[in-house]
Amino acid sequence: MRYLPKSDAEREQMLAEIGAKSIDDLFRVIPEEYRLERDLDVPRQHAESEIIDYFRAAGARYPAKHTSFLGAGAYRHYRPILIDAMVQRGEFLTSYTPYQAEITQGTLQAIFEFQTMIAELTGMDVANASMYDGSTGAAEAVLMAMRVTGRHKAVVARTVHPEYREVLHTYLRYREMPTTEVGYEARTGRVDLAALEADVTEETAAVLVQSPNFFGVIEDIPAIAEIAHRRGALLIVSIAEAVSLGVVRPPVEADIVSMEAQSFGVPLCYGGPYCGVIAAKEQYLRQMPGRLVGQTVDRDGYRGFVLTLSTREQHIRREKATSNICTNQALVALMATIFLTIYGKEGMRELAEHNLAKAHYAMQTLSAQPGVKPLFQGAPFFNEYVLQTEEAPSAWAQRLRSDKIVGGIDLSRWYPELKHSTLWCVTEIMPKERIDTTAHLMAAAPVVA
Amino acid sequence: MALSEDSHCKPLGKVRPHQTQNEALVFEKSSPGKRGYKLPPLDVPAADAGEVLGAAHRAKKAGLPELSEIEIVRHFTRLSTWNYAIDLGMYPLGSCTMKYNPRVNEWVARIEGLAEAHPYRPDHLAQGQLQVIDLLQRCLTEITGMEAITLQPAAGAHGEFTGILLVRAWHESQGNARKKIIIPDSAHGTNPATAAICGYTVENLKSNAEGGIDLEALERQVDGETAALMLTNPSTIGVFESRIHRIAEILHAKGALLYMDGANMNALVGKVRPGDFGVDVMHLNLHKTFSTPHGGGGPGSGPVACKKFLEPFLPTPVMVKNEKGEMRWEYDRPQSVGRVRAFFGNTGMFIRALAYILANGPDGLRQTTEDAVLNANYIRAKLEDVFELPYKTASMHEVVFSDKRQAARGVKTGDIAKRLIDYGFHPYTVSFPLIVPGALMIEPTESESKEELDLFIEAMRSIAREVEETPEVVKTAPHSTRVSRLDEVQAARKPVLRWRP
Amino acid sequence: MAYPSNYRYTKEHEWIVLEGKTGTIGITDYAQNSLGDIVYVDAPKVGDPVTANQTFGSVESVKAVSDLYSPVSGTVTAVNESLKATPDKINEAPHETWIIKVELSDPSEWDKLLDAAAYEKFVSEETGS
Repeated sequence: MRYLPKSDAEREQMLAEIGAKSIDDLFRVIPEEYRLERDLDVPRQHAESEIIDYFRAAGARYPAKHTSFLGAGAYRHYRPILIDAMVQRGEFLTSYTPYQAEITQGTLQAIFEFQTMIAELTGMDVANASMYDGSTGAAEAVLMAMRVTGRHKAVVARTVHPEYREVLHTYLRYREMPTTEVGYEARTGRVDLAALEADVTEETAAVLVQSPNFFGVIEDIPAIAEIAHRRGALLIVSIAEAVSLGVVRPPVEADIVSMEAQSFGVPLCYGGPYCGVIAAKEQYLRQMPGRLVGQTVDRDGYRGFVLTLSTREQHIRREKATSNICTNQALVALMATIFLTIYGKEGMRELAEHNLAKAHYAMQTLSAQPGVKPLFQGAPFFNEYVLQTEEAPSAWAQRLRSDKIVGGIDLSRWYPELKHSTLWCVTEIMPKERIDTTAHLMAAAPVVA
Repeated sequence: MALSEDSHCKPLGKVRPHQTQNEALVFEKSSPGKRGYKLPPLDVPAADAGEVLGAAHRAKKAGLPELSEIEIVRHFTRLSTWNYAIDLGMYPLGSCTMKYNPRVNEWVARIEGLAEAHPYRPDHLAQGQLQVIDLLQRCLTEITGMEAITLQPAAGAHGEFTGILLVRAWHESQGNARKKIIIPDSAHGTNPATAAICGYTVENLKSNAEGGIDLEALERQVDGETAALMLTNPSTIGVFESRIHRIAEILHAKGALLYMDGANMNALVGKVRPGDFGVDVMHLNLHKTFSTPHGGGGPGSGPVACKKFLEPFLPTPVMVKNEKGEMRWEYDRPQSVGRVRAFFGNTGMFIRALAYILANGPDGLRQTTEDAVLNANYIRAKLEDVFELPYKTASMHEVVFSDKRQAARGVKTGDIAKRLIDYGFHPYTVSFPLIVPGALMIEPTESESKEELDLFIEAMRSIAREVEETPEVVKTAPHSTRVSRLDEVQAARKPVLRWRP
Repeated sequence: MAYPSNYRYTKEHEWIVLEGKTGTIGITDYAQNSLGDIVYVDAPKVGDPVTANQTFGSVESVKAVSDLYSPVSGTVTAVNESLKATPDKINEAPHETWIIKVELSDPSEWDKLLDAAAYEKFVSEETGS
């Protein structure tokens, strides 16, 4: 086996030095009746070229060069070449959690830079080294708010990603922490502030909203914050489309921001690995889950970085820890750090403006077609919006497919009340020509019997 | 290789300080006007952001750095050179299974049709992804001897959470969720943390004199309110619970389940299957046993395998296949514990793990396990005269010594670990498991050649001599790194967690 | 370091000294020594109730957390806010650095605590020296 650096002769020699007659001696502790005396039923040993062939064939089952208007929590942005060139350096790729600071300054400094960039972007004081993803990050943020406030109820907007809400439900299932869901205004697609006002009480630990929300609509964060804070609840803002922060005002009124950073140079990869992150006001630092990197000095006074405040974590506090989280998404966070360094201060603005322009052009072009209209009005959006069509989505989807276009995602699977409504995402990589073609196909009158 | 024994200044061992230039923070290297990107011309009319967004427009740009491409390459390349990594040498971090991460895994995970697949792509367009998931699920089910599986959990601890949710959901379906989970004192910290977040109280089980489960104590502790025992097998001291069938019997007799933490599965693959020895539910760590890269702390992936009776409770969605071989996600699962994360899991890690299984085949997987166990026992045989071996029970894939003899000279396991850095090795796991005071937990994995092991053994023996002769050298190590020991107290007292201009 | 004779002690290594109905509480030299450099003190708020033998907060070093157990029951009347910025004062002068003050609800609890001699004996048994 080509990964194993030993000859049979060396194995024999080592066994002899141990004082074992055969390798079986070392497995004698396993009761005989449980020892596997046959080969595992898995595919035979493959050559490297065969492995590549297998996965190429799997990749080719999806016709390449599809145009996709899918977003909804996973966004396709251009990924600069440098990202993979850098993260595939063995020193980053094959290192582990930087417990031994003297020989992991590379990872530690990169995480410190990541924490700084996330804090800058979100308008928060501090950010952690990453969470599994945006969905688990949002759930952990709610738990964090419960620890901070000592309260046990959460109010969650229905405009938060439906799968994030499902994950939150799973996380809270056995903690006696009831959640209330607040609906949205039919006209704007924003959180219904009157309903929110009615639901937030003195027992509410956290109000969780998403902005831009699941419909792509930017929420009125200052107004929501006021309602939450008036009752002493914390405001958690979840951000699924992180590129929005290039041009959308950060939720500075929030107490905790829980973000999915996939948009920052992380491949779609059918849903993972992505990169959640929690950022917060400094006063809540001690209740933050996940790893943190801090700056310090070595014995000679040189600047260095270490994992810090680890007494919050499971390996010390065990059942009293702030979370059971151990592994994070360091390499994915590194992708995001490199992405943010490449685009930088000006580039993030320009990139976000391209998204804004393309999405608005697409919304206007598509909704100018007969039988197509925007579902929501009166509130700003970034690069996603909801269209309502007279036709059932399955009908026009068929026409788009003939031109290798995957249109917006049908919302009825999560919002049964929304008929013929689809969520469209347009990022900087969408050519105008494909938007125009899509509009043309949407307009094509269905053949009526 | 001759190890210098008389000097405490000369760099020892195989790694010598390389020429690294000092590297400032990326923000300190920034200057206005530099660019590392170029967007294509905008082919649609520009939107007036201020007008379109109104009050939601971001007035002030975020304080991100401004650098050119070559500076960015140098910045991250220089940072990388300050890291130790498996690609540089042995990384015997016990319980982390730091094995070789094959490069072909990285290559296939980046194949366009796989890497650029949107998770909401319609199922009929996702058959390639589903084919990978299906084959990996079948391989892992076979390897563990279990009957059903979910790949959704994002990491080992997330898998534990999912597994204990399954346990709880099943007990609830039987009419009583039960109250407590029993956890041996040798367990990873994630185990009690997990039980607590699933609403269970944690009951500690003291290890016996061999470091294993005390069957009599277990029998006394298990009762009608015990939901499960969370067992790591082999245990964190690298010992296989040879009376595992009795453990399972004791639990099952009282209606409790056996949960196995699969962190140490690298000692078992192809030799014995947890499903065959009574485990009801377990998690795997693809980043340990199945070679997906650790990446400086993640991403991981923590599939959960279980017996048939737990299948209805698996997280949604579950992949199903029809008679034509077409695969799709099934969402209608009334008894499911719900989702544990968005989408389907860390799919990119599934590709890598499957590539590893394909590269090995059944014979390679078995040989891998044998080599991992052989390597640990070789280290044990070559070091047990110098380092105290608190548990004499047969070792599997890792060996745990204690610093008892060295501590008598004022040198602790943490010091020995730091000194190993000077010899060109990553330290072992320090001070874990908790049942061994001053533990040195060494897991070489199968990826080390005899030459590398011999170098490691020589380094450890040399350090043991230094402890006798020049203990200060060990206590102040490392001496060859870019920074010396860092002040963790200052970092915690006055946390500086971000750069400020 | 000598254990002041006018203080009383717990087996969890807290000390208390009484003035009228107000008890002043800290941790002992033995406790700070075994914990090492203290980096953070998690204390309750003024007005919070505390119960004898129950936790009321924790002290943290870089790699360990130790729960604080109240020697007596009552209500917190003051919290040493200066420990937020300088938790190391506990390491420097453990018996002069208080963490909270409590108004006792049951003064008879005082009599159940260890006096200096008994505590010193307890510590020496614990360390086996």
